[in-house]
Amino acid sequence: MILVLIDHDRGELDQLSLRALTAARKLGQDIEAVVIGKEGAALAGIVGEYGAKVLHVANHANLTDYTPMASGRALKDLVEKLKPAAVLAAGSPRGNEQLAHLAAFLDLPMAAECSEITLGSPHHVLRARWAGNLIESANVHSDLLIASVLAFSTEPESVNGGAATVAEFEPALEPQDYAVKVLSRDAGESKGGVTLVDAKVIVSGGRGVGGPDGFGQIEELANLLGGTVGCSRVVTSSGWRPHAEQVGQTGTKVAPDLYIAAGISGAMQHIAGMKNSKTIVVINTDPEAPILSYADYAIIGDLHQVIPALTSAIREAKG
Amino acid sequence: MDILVCLKRVPLAGGTLILTPDSRDIETKHLGFGISPHEENAVEAGVQLVEQMGETLTLLTLGPSDAEEQLRSQLAIGATRAVLIETDGQEWDPQGTAAALVDAINAEETKFDLIIFGAESADSAGYQIHIRVAHALNRPIITNVKSMKIENGVAVCDRVVAAGREHYEVALPAIVTVRDGLNIPRYPSVPGRMQARKKPVDMKKAEPRVPKLEKVNLALAPSKAKGAEVLGNGPEAVPALVEVLKKIGAF
Repeated sequence: MILVLIDHDRGELDQLSLRALTAARKLGQDIEAVVIGKEGAALAGIVGEYGAKVLHVANHANLTDYTPMASGRALKDLVEKLKPAAVLAAGSPRGNEQLAHLAAFLDLPMAAECSEITLGSPHHVLRARWAGNLIESANVHSDLLIASVLAFSTEPESVNGGAATVAEFEPALEPQDYAVKVLSRDAGESKGGVTLVDAKVIVSGGRGVGGPDGFGQIEELANLLGGTVGCSRVVTSSGWRPHAEQVGQTGTKVAPDLYIAAGISGAMQHIAGMKNSKTIVVINTDPEAPILSYADYAIIGDLHQVIPALTSAIREAKG
Repeated sequence: MDILVCLKRVPLAGGTLILTPDSRDIETKHLGFGISPHEENAVEAGVQLVEQMGETLTLLTLGPSDAEEQLRSQLAIGATRAVLIETDGQEWDPQGTAAALVDAINAEETKFDLIIFGAESADSAGYQIHIRVAHALNRPIITNVKSMKIENGVAVCDRVVAAGREHYEVALPAIVTVRDGLNIPRYPSVPGRMQARKKPVDMKKAEPRVPKLEKVNLALAPSKAKGAEVLGNGPEAVPALVEVLKKIGAF
């Protein structure tokens, strides 16, 4: 049996976890899922649809929000009871972190960011390194495989299964497990609305935008396409835009249907965060910019002329 | 306050990576070395806290003897001293690395109030060493921190998530991992560089363990580079782009 951690944020499903669930099915064993916190029980329908027969729900008075060490303890308790062949999670910051706590509790190896998994003795994985530019072939010497699934390496596929059976359990948490927990949360710099991870369309600006004021036109185009604004690292380190909007290895990794990169030359770190987008459009004055080789379509020109023209042409076409 | 910052020497790879003939490592003959991006923020945070509150900032790394170069350049920023756990130059697996760091930390006379890591390494992307160290030292850990203050023995931290900012507080001694954006790392001054030459770097040896996450080899990821279809120059190319966007159903 393969156990898959389904991450959720206060009951809201993490979409990457469905990809991890799909990847787990390829291992040819029964799939069971686990959520941390009772709010996750509402996900029994969707995890069943993606092939999990059982949804284990870790329920405890101190599991009210993201508490990664407690997640690790809950996973440990469940693993010791169910003895799965592998525990998988999404290769997201939270997926990796919760699995690392499990691995630390059990003192077992963990393979992060795996694009391919073969169970055996030893287990074998292919995993992404160097911002996805290198693939490591590695053996994992452990009965239990603990691995995270590289974001966007598997397309989520439903099997139209019925709702998973909910099985609640109470993990034996120690006080230190929930010493670190979210005390409060505010919208901070994010403006609410569509987040980068969930956006179908992202319009991203880089150094070429020239300053914070230049992002008005980027926002306008993003709104028109029902999308959200992204940016490159130089933009956030110059203080033009909030860090929550940074796309790339050190920001957020995204794979929207449409990614428009305006005035971004394409450092390796940025490419790593957006190269899995379905359609990539580049607007750049430099026909030699590295990002062009990753794009589907490009306009060579000044974004300050092209974007307003594009915005009004789309308005016109929409009528 | 006594602070420890853990660092990793990594090659400064530009655009294209080249592998060694045995495909086990990156060819570094023509590359410079530095530390992972978030670690510059970790050192800066440590220097700022020591400037405000006094006491010491120690740097710790595991790597080849050449990693002294990275330690010296960070000592020039304002750290007090450094410890280098010397390896045979081979890459160690995360469990082996964490165990050696823990042994080195336990061997120190100083009981560090705060241990800071960068959020992730540039090269190996294992996402676990900091957490293994926290478990072994029985200390709380807050990861991916984007703002941090120390108030009355409590680390007050925020991390940025999709939905906004999450607020955490934890009593010291604790471990945090920090992200790019926490602060603006300073450049070393000339006097800083001069002083760094004389600051102590303790060299230690550790025996490698049999890796449980055993690297077989590395391969270059198949490039997603496909080459763009250039639709034209300037605003004249906009109608062609509008057609493309219609075709893919963008509006």
